Amino acid sequence: MTNEAESGGAAPSAVDEVVARAEALYHDVELSSVQRWRDAHGGAKAVGYMPIYVPRELIHAAGMLPVGLMGGRGQVEIIRGDAWFQSYICQIPRSTIELALTGRYALLDGFLFPSICDVIRNLSGMWKVLFPEKYVRYLDVPQNYDPDVGGRFFGSELRSLYADLCALSGEAPSDERLRASIALYNDNRRSIGRLMELRATEPWSVPAWEVYLALYAGNLLPVEEHTALVDAYIAAARAASRPRRDNARVVLSGAFCEQPPLELIRTLELAGCYVVADDMALGRRWPEGDIEVTGDPIAAIAEAFITRSPATAARYEPHGDRGAPLVQLVRKSHAEGVVLAAPSFCDPALLEQPILQDSLDKERLPWTAFKYSENLGQFQVIREQAGTFADSIKLWSEA
Amino acid sequence: MSTPQEAASAKDGSMIKQKEMIAGHFSALTRAKAEGKKVVYTFVPGNITELLLAFDVLPVYPEINALQSGMRKKSGAYIAEAERLGHSEDVCTYVKCDIGMLKSGNFGPTGEKLPEPDLLLLSYTGCFTFMKWFELLKREYDCPVAMMHVPYQGDGVFTPEMRDYVVAQLRTEVVPALEALTGKKLDEAKLSEALARSRVAEDDLVAVLESAKRRPSPIDAYFGGVYYIGPIFTSFRGTEAAVDYYRTLRAEVDERVRLGLGPLTPDGAITHEKYRLVIEGPPNWTNFQEFWKMFSSEGAVVVASSYTKVGGVYDNGFRHDPERPLETLAEYCAGCYTNLNLPTRIDMLSRYVREYEADGLLINSVKSCNSFSAGQLLILREVEARTGVPGGFIETDLVDPRYFSAANIKNRIESYLQMIEQKRRNASTRAHAATPTVAPPRPAKKLEVLR
Ligand code: SF4
Ligand code: SF4
Repeated sequence: MTNEAESGGAAPSAVDEVVARAEALYHDVELSSVQRWRDAHGGAKAVGYMPIYVPRELIHAAGMLPVGLMGGRGQVEIIRGDAWFQSYICQIPRSTIELALTGRYALLDGFLFPSICDVIRNLSGMWKVLFPEKYVRYLDVPQNYDPDVGGRFFGSELRSLYADLCALSGEAPSDERLRASIALYNDNRRSIGRLMELRATEPWSVPAWEVYLALYAGNLLPVEEHTALVDAYIAAARAASRPRRDNARVVLSGAFCEQPPLELIRTLELAGCYVVADDMALGRRWPEGDIEVTGDPIAAIAEAFITRSPATAARYEPHGDRGAPLVQLVRKSHAEGVVLAAPSFCDPALLEQPILQDSLDKERLPWTAFKYSENLGQFQVIREQAGTFADSIKLWSEA
Repeated sequence: MSTPQEAASAKDGSMIKQKEMIAGHFSALTRAKAEGKKVVYTFVPGNITELLLAFDVLPVYPEINALQSGMRKKSGAYIAEAERLGHSEDVCTYVKCDIGMLKSGNFGPTGEKLPEPDLLLLSYTGCFTFMKWFELLKREYDCPVAMMHVPYQGDGVFTPEMRDYVVAQLRTEVVPALEALTGKKLDEAKLSEALARSRVAEDDLVAVLESAKRRPSPIDAYFGGVYYIGPIFTSFRGTEAAVDYYRTLRAEVDERVRLGLGPLTPDGAITHEKYRLVIEGPPNWTNFQEFWKMFSSEGAVVVASSYTKVGGVYDNGFRHDPERPLETLAEYCAGCYTNLNLPTRIDMLSRYVREYEADGLLINSVKSCNSFSAGQLLILREVEARTGVPGGFIETDLVDPRYFSAANIKNRIESYLQMIEQKRRNASTRAHAATPTVAPPRPAKKLEVLR
């Protein structure tokens, strides 16, 4: 590996190469990588899923490619999508409909809409009406975390989902295949875990927008390839010896569904914030830790969901309040402040913001808040806000 | 329109009864702490009132407080207070109205202070916001929360596994929380008796709502309907008072049918029914009477609505079953309107248009409520295509007066009614021009959104 200084600008560095590959996937609104995968696998099927969490292991074990759908990310012009949603509804369902109505999702055979909010929930019904030829399922996740209650219910949902997926792909259901899929996704989560650790310890080595691209690539790549990409990125980034800046360490929270534009993430860093933890593309890091690879694989996935899901707005917090997990995350990642970034009109993220702010205030943790949409084009205001926030953190820590 | 005397005398029956019931409930709430009664805050969709009755606790419905605040013109100030405290302008205004009311002293609809909850019973049915709402309230009160998650009917069915999940939560979460709160064991016989009373009232409610199939309709199933659902959607389902209320109401409606009378409005009865509409979506509460008048003054009667199904869909045959107390509660919760998927909602509204011989489907899309609103433009298109009646679309909010632009809404309603009129004229011209032996299917109409 060579670092940027050594490469002298002639050949692209290893880190640039990995990032360029991930960035190409990020811009691949036509899903051409999925088409290539299908062609290379004798026309095998692909199943799309919306944020936040679906057990990708089930799709994989049924012999299909799980494809994470995260809206248009500002890269599609919304023409038809706006005719389907009132002005007070967020952007992601509009761009998702736009992408589907313009044929960009035609190569997907099925769609999963996990429980996250009423908009995604109702979108599942719209899909059933608009695309009756596709497999469409709303996946309810339990808000009760008793293994005998919520765990049992989720197990039954997963069993029926897996049966559906196998019927779609023509694969016979198999615990063996499921366990093998779980093992591959465990590897993937471990690699991502290492990347998260590196970011928390050396954020200057792994800029937030690059980390995001590396995570995003997992929406499209087959799991083994994604794991390899993350590992390659970690190695290349470590070797690149990037300069350390006097940035403020922040947690970015609220971006679990509609994604902020890449430029916004870059802007935060340019404004002086190192993002040391975030909830973007959270499904890539769900559940926390390994899923058991022995015994009943469906029960193992359900158990992991019940016991080791990350705290997020879409999940009920049975103990304490919603602010506590954020405070813990700040402590764990040694952050100095929190950027509460929520999509405009996002009920789950915005409804709980007063709770989060209050909890942070009680812990004397500084925060700043703004709204964005995936198609935001102007970043100057956010840059100034983030810059002022980073400066105030630095002043505060020096005082 | 009837004379004010007629209108006033019509108030003597069920309306007065309902007023007394509500006043009695709020007065019981005021005395609750002194009398050692426990108070439970909970939600309308998926409420399990019969279980609360079995434990002899008193429910408070924050949504009802919010809508009452809207009607009493207090919601604007409450919402402003919540926004001042950092609540986003983008979110559900019921939540902000409730928080604002709480922060302004928690004086309820009767002007008396509401007692604090001893338990927050979070029945998570049909709306994600409920969960966030109680997370907010949890910080305000030092009391336990019991969560009951009701799965969404994503595929249009409530499976036995889903039912078992809800029943298990009732057994392991809700009943133990109520037992701990009251120090009493669940009296299953008492619960079954309440459920049996619910059934009786439900039969009468359905008869009242279905009376709108007649011409003229004796009721307005939206603006009037919201009064009719009041007792059964809230604290009174399962009580003798509710049985009595619905019996009286049904008799009054039967009498209107016998006399061939149209619906009662605050300005008297509608004497000439010109348009029959189905309405989807909740009403606006801040300008409720003004809103109603925009319809009634044009002779537009709402013959069926989805809002009157948010606290239970009974006209599809569902009735509480005293023989299966917990299962029936689970099935009731799962069947509330906003817990139904979009295809089911489209089927239901199309059926209403046909069975109630409506001239159109009007959607009142409220800014607050993604649960209702996300997907309504598709609902409009589909119902139009299936039934051939024109659809209309207006936007208001539940309790945020900033989103009720009276002149604009009135204009849209008038243009919509003109569109119906135009369609009728075209149909009658065609009918004169040719007399087909078989009626042609009504053409699918292009999406016409009144903006
Ligand atoms: S951005 Fe928020 S409101 Fe919009 S679909 Fe996602 S979770 Fe729901
Ligand atoms: S979003 Fe709709 S259903 Fe939910 S609390 Fe608000 S008004 Fe009620």
